[in-house]
Amino acid sequence: MTAAGDARAAGARVEIRDLTKRYGGANGVLALDGLELDVPAGSVFGLLGPNGAGKTTTLRLLVGLARPTRGSVVIDDGLIDPARPDRRRGIGVLDQEPRYYGWMRGRELVEMVGRLHGLSATVARQRAAEVLERVGLADAARRRVGGYSGGMRQRLGIAQALVDRPRLLVLDEPVSSLDPEGRRDVLALIAELRETATVIFSTHVLTDIERICDRVAILDRGQLVTEAPLDELLARYALPLYRLVPEPGEDAGLARLATALRTVPWVDRVDVDGVAMTVGVTDETTASRELLRAVVAAELRLASFERVRPDLEDVFLRLVGRRAEEPAA
Amino acid sequence: MTAAAPAARAPSAGGGGSAFGVLLRKELLESVRTFRLPIVAGLFLFTGLSSPVLARYLPEIIELAGGDQLGVLEIPTPTALDAVDQLVKNLAQFGALAAILLAMPLVSGEKDRGTAAFILTKPVTRRAFLLAKLVGLGVVLGASTVIAVIAGWIYTALLFEPLPVLGWLWLTFLVCLWLFAFAALTFAGSVVTGSTAAAAGIGFVALLGLGIVSAIPGLGKFTPGGLLGPATELAANTVSVGQLGTNLFYPIAATLVLIAAAIAVSAWSFGRQEL
Repeated sequence: MTAAGDARAAGARVEIRDLTKRYGGANGVLALDGLELDVPAGSVFGLLGPNGAGKTTTLRLLVGLARPTRGSVVIDDGLIDPARPDRRRGIGVLDQEPRYYGWMRGRELVEMVGRLHGLSATVARQRAAEVLERVGLADAARRRVGGYSGGMRQRLGIAQALVDRPRLLVLDEPVSSLDPEGRRDVLALIAELRETATVIFSTHVLTDIERICDRVAILDRGQLVTEAPLDELLARYALPLYRLVPEPGEDAGLARLATALRTVPWVDRVDVDGVAMTVGVTDETTASRELLRAVVAAELRLASFERVRPDLEDVFLRLVGRRAEEPAA
Repeated sequence: MTAAAPAARAPSAGGGGSAFGVLLRKELLESVRTFRLPIVAGLFLFTGLSSPVLARYLPEIIELAGGDQLGVLEIPTPTALDAVDQLVKNLAQFGALAAILLAMPLVSGEKDRGTAAFILTKPVTRRAFLLAKLVGLGVVLGASTVIAVIAGWIYTALLFEPLPVLGWLWLTFLVCLWLFAFAALTFAGSVVTGSTAAAAGIGFVALLGLGIVSAIPGLGKFTPGGLLGPATELAANTVSVGQLGTNLFYPIAATLVLIAAAIAVSAWSFGRQEL
């Protein structure tokens, strides 16, 4: 086995089977419906979805804060089991809106978490100093948590999640309160962690997923829409895109072109954002031949015309947008 | 969650204390840092000091306040028994209010703030979480009661006469039991309802209800209210433990059962809740 292979084995493997959560009894809200996922050891796994998709419910079930209506989560063949306190070692958890004891100092809080994980006082103190340094809170370690900003609390949340050197990290929107610099640092930290842990994190920020994830699951209305390695997802679902920027004052021509393109079979979608038009196509050969003809027919003067690289946002909008047009199950 | 049978991962850097010990330390530190313990202890100390003083100087106070207009009403000379009686009444009333106020947010507040969920994703049982809170609460109430009783004993000795310490140990134990009863009932309300206001309501209804029931002849000794009479008599050295017999045993047993029931309900309810 390679060194990289050894490192990957350090993370935990997660198997989710038929995971279902209904709140409020038999006629209540179905928050998650038969989720099936395999999260490989050592991967950074992104859960993506619009608000109410079931991301937080999935993570709450994963860490034992909620009980499944049906189905199971098995982590490392049961070696780690969030439903059993004696088998919770090995999981680090960060809540979406981390709120801690305001009267505690940052260092004390991380040490306490280390002690709860069974570390001795000395080791907990050393580890707390280590992880606080790693998340950039060493200087604020002696300050009371009540005086921390939202971003500092999020960093503190990551520090406490790391103190036991977990094999599985479950992070709910881990960078939502951070400024761009903090966001970059924490994402880099999460990416580094794949050497020692499996990371599952939810976000609605697609660029975060693109920056660090190996695999992505897209959830919508409690159901899994798709799950695959990021590259495979882009290759499978990302359609060729063309971006057209008209000359100023060409609103009427732009509208004519949009109307015309929405009727042709080789166009999947047309988005007009005011200053430009993005066209997703299903047949690239036809598009490369016909698209400019359509521009001419619409008497539209263009400032620029280019083929752009499709990204996860396009995949997401295509998959979730299509479901939004379908009636709910 | 399902789990296969393999043994749990061995602690890599173990030697840490139990989760209960870590959480209890956190509760006690919180009591000090948030000034719960100093404030409650200070108020209890004031109660302990003021009760014998009030008993001793009440006749003078009434006289200075125009008591000569009461005419034939003669106020008896106060005794050590009056000091003890005053102390027990004040501790029972004021202490029960303090117990309710301290217990009502303990679990509901942590659930609201999200800190309960934070703690319970760690290797911590829900029972350890609750027990640490109860013991922490017990320490605050117990320590405050001890401070009040010591102050009360010293002032009673100075203003009246020194009384046997053993009786005051009984007083401490019985008053603590009384306070723990309301703390446990309010705590159960906090756990079961998840609402601080509802927990307070349950605590005050219990205080009122048990007060009414204990006033019913024959029933008093089967309620926590039955603890207060023996507490006064034992501290004032007017009766012995042997003479009290079932009048001491029944209220102690009834209160212990009530506390145990409240804790059991709390544990059962919390074990079933999602956070």
